[in-house]
Amino acid sequence: MTATRHTDREYEGELNRLRERLLLMAGRVEEMISRSMKALEQRDAVLARRTIVTDGRVNRDEIEIDELCLVVLARRQPMASDLRFITLALKMVVDLERIADLAVNICERVIDLSERPPLSPYPDIPKMAQLVRGMLRDAVDAFVERDDARAQSVIDRDDLVDQLYHHTFRELLQAMVESQGRSGVERGVQLQSVAKYLERMADHITNLAEQVVFMVRGQDIRHAGKLDVRSG
Amino acid sequence: MLNGSVSPALPGAALRGATLADEAALPRETAESKLSVQGLSAWFGDQRVLHDIDLEIRPRQVTAIIGPSGCGKSTLIRCLNRMHELVPGARREGQVLLDGEDIHARSVDPVLLRRRVGMVFQKPNPFPTMSIRDNVLAGLRLTHRLRRQDQDAVVEGALRQAALWDEVSDRLGEPGIGLSGGQQQRLCIARALAVEPEVLLMDEPCSALDPIATARIEDLVHSLRDAYTIVIVTHNMQQAARVSQRTVFLLMGELVEEGETSRLFTSPGDRRTEDYITGKFG
Repeated sequence: MTATRHTDREYEGELNRLRERLLLMAGRVEEMISRSMKALEQRDAVLARRTIVTDGRVNRDEIEIDELCLVVLARRQPMASDLRFITLALKMVVDLERIADLAVNICERVIDLSERPPLSPYPDIPKMAQLVRGMLRDAVDAFVERDDARAQSVIDRDDLVDQLYHHTFRELLQAMVESQGRSGVERGVQLQSVAKYLERMADHITNLAEQVVFMVRGQDIRHAGKLDVRSG
Repeated sequence: MLNGSVSPALPGAALRGATLADEAALPRETAESKLSVQGLSAWFGDQRVLHDIDLEIRPRQVTAIIGPSGCGKSTLIRCLNRMHELVPGARREGQVLLDGEDIHARSVDPVLLRRRVGMVFQKPNPFPTMSIRDNVLAGLRLTHRLRRQDQDAVVEGALRQAALWDEVSDRLGEPGIGLSGGQQQRLCIARALAVEPEVLLMDEPCSALDPIATARIEDLVHSLRDAYTIVIVTHNMQQAARVSQRTVFLLMGELVEEGETSRLFTSPGDRRTEDYITGKFG
């Protein structure tokens, strides 16, 4: 299918700029996830602190992209796929900003953990992080390429992250029960939070992917088969 | 039949029950379609401007017709009250049914048809030498003689329906041409409503108006839709999205897509509709 362009080139340019800004923001958020996990693995509090600082840039992205969307809505009154794209952008920035906040939360746990003795490794946590990064990258690629099949594959992977989270949760719980003293429990809780933050990231990325499906197909797949149909 | 804040312009039952051939027989409404367009094609001389249009216009809803210039929008609505045939060299094939009755049947009187299917044009066209009151009554006087008090009731009823009464009630004797552009357009709508049509065709009714006057006309369309079947041709897609329940997209004389307005403007089914409403044409 040949991609058609808007007759009004300035409008086309505005939509392209918006798309580029979203990609930049998504790239920054993906980088924050990578660095927060590297900081966790290497017990690097300095890297964790540097990563927290970059959240300010993501917050600015959110505000600036919102403004761009409002300007396009006010000046262009977009229709059809353009309208779906703008509503996607408005929701996408919220999810991306929340994912960045969760990366900050991980970094805060890393700073605390780096001051305590190391725990035995929990390989499911890096696995979760790898899955989450892959999901985010694919959701963004699906958005750029308007690829609803790839977006659907992102949605399907959320269950894997959930499974890994539940497995990690049980393992950490067991470790805490068996731990000698308060410090072991505290470290266990911190690590459990890290796993929970990764699981929440996957939920936000799933939201993104569902929005991409809506943008491409014009079909709302959220809560499929789960909506309450009771009347009154 | 008429409900809400909209009441019939005419007093009593003076003109009710009018049909195309005489004023007696057919039912005024059908459940599904008020107007049914079947295999309609139209020509100006050798130039074919409509190709085999099939379209059902639902009663008491606003149907918007959109499409690029020259796509046949105006020709299509002019076929709905047989104004197309008034152009020298113009002809058509196919049928248009009003309440199931062929409007091109030999027995149909075009004047009576146009009373049931009224029209408002792009440029407000009040009769320049007539007062506001006489403008409202102009169409009615072609076919009916009314007593003075009935005339007063018609004028007030039509002007109220056209949301103009409060602005002109104290100067009904003044020339209609002295009103603002938006008021003149509402006066023309009042003139169309005075004959108590069932269908109101509006051909770009706001294209010559400022945004405030446009908003008044759109508000008027909202208030009229419970009582009348309205077909509006517009270049302004936002206007189509605002005022209509159903939208028809025409392209080069062909009907590309027809459907619920809220769906068509968010998730059109045809790529050509998508390209047109997102401005990716040409």
